[in-house]
Amino acid sequence: MPKQQANWSPYDNNGGSCVAVAGADYCVIAADTRMSTGYIILTRDYSKICKLADKCVMASSGFQADVKALQKHLAARHLIYQHQHSKQMSCPAMAQLLSNTLYYKRFFPYYSFNVLGGLDNEGKGCVFTYDAVGSYEKVGYSSQGSGSTLIMPFLDNQLKSPSPLLLPVQDAVTPLAEAEAVDLVKTVFASASERDIYTGDKLEIVVINADGIRREYMDLRKD
Amino acid sequence: MNFMASKQPENSLLGPEADSQRTLYPYVTGTSVVALKYKDGILMAADMGGSYGSTLRYKSVERMKSIGKHSLLGASGEISDFQEILRYLDELILYDNMWDDGNSLGPKEVHNYLTRVMYNRRNKFNPLWNSLVLGGVKNGQKYLGTVSMIGVNFEDNHVATGFGNHLARPILRQEWHENLSYEDGVRLLEKCMRVLLYRDRSAINKLQIAKITEEGTTISRPYSLKTYWEFSAFANPAQGAVGTW
Repeated sequence: MPKQQANWSPYDNNGGSCVAVAGADYCVIAADTRMSTGYIILTRDYSKICKLADKCVMASSGFQADVKALQKHLAARHLIYQHQHSKQMSCPAMAQLLSNTLYYKRFFPYYSFNVLGGLDNEGKGCVFTYDAVGSYEKVGYSSQGSGSTLIMPFLDNQLKSPSPLLLPVQDAVTPLAEAEAVDLVKTVFASASERDIYTGDKLEIVVINADGIRREYMDLRKD
Repeated sequence: MNFMASKQPENSLLGPEADSQRTLYPYVTGTSVVALKYKDGILMAADMGGSYGSTLRYKSVERMKSIGKHSLLGASGEISDFQEILRYLDELILYDNMWDDGNSLGPKEVHNYLTRVMYNRRNKFNPLWNSLVLGGVKNGQKYLGTVSMIGVNFEDNHVATGFGNHLARPILRQEWHENLSYEDGVRLLEKCMRVLLYRDRSAINKLQIAKITEEGTTISRPYSLKTYWEFSAFANPAQGAVGTW
């Protein structure tokens, strides 16, 4: 009798989309709150956003159990960092830690597609975008998840990022005001919800600026 | 005994070691668990069937158990793995009690523990083949969560496992509201269980409903639901297709 193969998969895709946009003195991070499996909606009210440090927030979509484990891991590492350095981790530092954490499981990956957003040490907005195994890049804006193919081209059109190959090095952060960026993010999710079945229910928006962190919600299509 | 249709394995990361000890498929299984939050706490329902493939082998399986002072656990999937989980939780609650410090693990903590156990077993490619529902009340706070065999977990106002997700959740989405009375909650759960009885092949008409409130847990005696099979749509199923069954 041939060797039995396992008929279960350790992975699942729980869907959803994430977006982050960096501004001159703010950063907007947003994700929908729908959690699904296959054609079933498991819950309409699940947050994909996690605050890792005072000025650093991560939004992740993909396999929820891996996302949760990743968030816990990073939160634990951040706590140790605070004990050892008596200060919060900066966003670029957390960005590197996330990359290393993801690559550590290169041969049994965290099925987690992340965008990291926050303020750097000078208070300027920064966004880092990742794949599941940790390759990352500092960008002016990004989207990940099931709706990213719908969202990214629209962001490219509206935020028109300069090529990173140009010299002198140009800033990737958007000149838009905070309110305009939040409005853009709302528009982007409303559009994505129309065509991506895994995106919808509710939008959670987190804005980081010099005053701190604030959270906002918007209803999305429930179908 | 292999009643599961095998499909292409999605991961080629399993080495050539002796995998004979790892779970490949479940043997004795329980079907859906449905639960909802109501005014005073949580209501949970599960039938008492333990199926061995397509055979209804065991008809008095208690798939809901009280955990500690504040929690109630319902399980679907492999019954022996559920019993193993109960052993883990026994030890957890024992150590919690041995501190003798006036504190006790609440439903949120138990749910978190179970999530970690399920996820870690999944990481070792040897899962506990269950979908768990964990409900409880502590210090007036109601809690209802679920965790699957690969560690996917969340909390909500109403949850279900297996077929319950397909048949019961839509009913609950339509009819659940905040501060349901006990009678309304039971009526709603029975409605869900009746639909499951009609449409889930592995469901049996012998169920228990459990209630957990700040005061404690009560698991009802087993009982059966009234069913009606004289719907005109069921009357002549072969109509228009003579010879079908």
